[in-house]
Amino acid sequence: MTAMTATLTSGKGGVGKTTATANIGVALAAQGLRTVCLDADIGLRNLDVVMGLENRIVYDLVDVIEGRCKLRQALIKDKRLNDLYLLPAAQTRDKTAVSPQDMIRLVDELRAEFDWVLIDSPAGIERGFRNAIAPADMVLIVTNPEVSAVRDADRIIGLVEAEEKGPAKLIVNRMKPEMVRRGEMLGTDDILEVLAIELVGIVPEDETIVVASNQGSPAALDPRSRAGRAFRQIAQRLTGEQVPFDELEAKDGFFGRLSRLVKSGGEA
Amino acid sequence: MDSSLEIKGTGDGLLAVLPAGEWPESVEALLHAIDLRADFFRGAQLTLQVGEAEARAGELGRLRDALASREVHLRAVRGEHPATQEAAANLGLLVQPRTPEPAVEAEAEASPHALEGEECLFVQRTLRSGHKVHFPGHVVVLGDVNPGAEIVAGGNVIVWGRLRGTVHAGASGQDTARVCALDLAPTQLRIGAHIAVSPDRRGKPRPETALIRDGQLVAEPWSIEGRR
Repeated sequence: MTAMTATLTSGKGGVGKTTATANIGVALAAQGLRTVCLDADIGLRNLDVVMGLENRIVYDLVDVIEGRCKLRQALIKDKRLNDLYLLPAAQTRDKTAVSPQDMIRLVDELRAEFDWVLIDSPAGIERGFRNAIAPADMVLIVTNPEVSAVRDADRIIGLVEAEEKGPAKLIVNRMKPEMVRRGEMLGTDDILEVLAIELVGIVPEDETIVVASNQGSPAALDPRSRAGRAFRQIAQRLTGEQVPFDELEAKDGFFGRLSRLVKSGGEA
Repeated sequence: MDSSLEIKGTGDGLLAVLPAGEWPESVEALLHAIDLRADFFRGAQLTLQVGEAEARAGELGRLRDALASREVHLRAVRGEHPATQEAAANLGLLVQPRTPEPAVEAEAEASPHALEGEECLFVQRTLRSGHKVHFPGHVVVLGDVNPGAEIVAGGNVIVWGRLRGTVHAGASGQDTARVCALDLAPTQLRIGAHIAVSPDRRGKPRPETALIRDGQLVAEPWSIEGRR
């Protein structure tokens, strides 16, 4: 096989790149696709924590690149899914330990054994970002419905285009339909009007994500998690399936609408 | 091999004039020259004059990275080829159409079809946050200018799309310059020495022209009658 390589990046920190990488990785592997998640955030690794594999790390990406171990030795098999692997970042080094050429060589080696390589990019637009996108066949931009995150996403899309890795695809993370309806948050349409790239997923804000990340058990494994469902749909869209977008507004159903009516009635 | 590669000091740092010929060889010659005198070049601001060579964004990007690894900062690209100018603009580099200093020579180089004072940079894409286009003539954008993008033009700026970024027309002091856009809502607009910010959105976007009228920077809706 020869893997598709997708890099998740955002410019701004804290928008959910690592969470998205872990969850999409889980969702792809759950479809029976051999998937490896590669943490390119050297010096600030945490994909291993979110995937719950921290205690199994022996070797890391820098060890592989500097020839201290074989690639196979550094790959950590997921404890739940047979087709999911993690290549952790080094904790003690920084981004300059790796060059874009190193990343391309490394990923070329992984391509032979996997269906998907997902790369979790560090925040920022410097060396770490260039390392992360150098081997990419596809770039997924993660953003939040906030003006600052969208501005950074726009900048990143421009850089991705300049590196001839475009057109990038968009994941909007942590959407709160309630706030959009009240006009207090950017809606998907507002974001797409600026960024003008293909949308592959809208992930609702969901407390199950926080619990799942803390427990190292990605929400995509939880059939009841709404965010997990959105990540599973993203994985399906990445593999070429046509999946309609969920109507996020409908989530609270009849009783939710009723209680809002009662509340607004009370205020009037 | 690198006999025709020239490196000169200018007011803005160093100017490297690439020899005519194949891009990879020219680049090889440049990097070789820099490696020979690594101490001299360390920390330099470099302007690259590529003549008529066509450099794609990937090639320019790789050269920028190769220079960066030698601690040389690529700040601007001078080249006549439109693809080169666009690639440089995409990478956020300054774009200079041709050697500005020897005016006589520049004129001689100009295409016989160009009208005097009508040099124009055509940008056929959306300018995103962080993109900067600096050009001594007019700038035409077929696409949007997003918030965080910047255009500085000696002449007029025409945007066939939404203008949300920062634009300075008539940057060398011409108050006669204009800025036209299908949806004129820049973060900040400058014409000559005048500065304005967009009023808050008022209804449906419409094509407008910004210009200086009676010493005021004003935006006027486009209309057939209003044309001059």
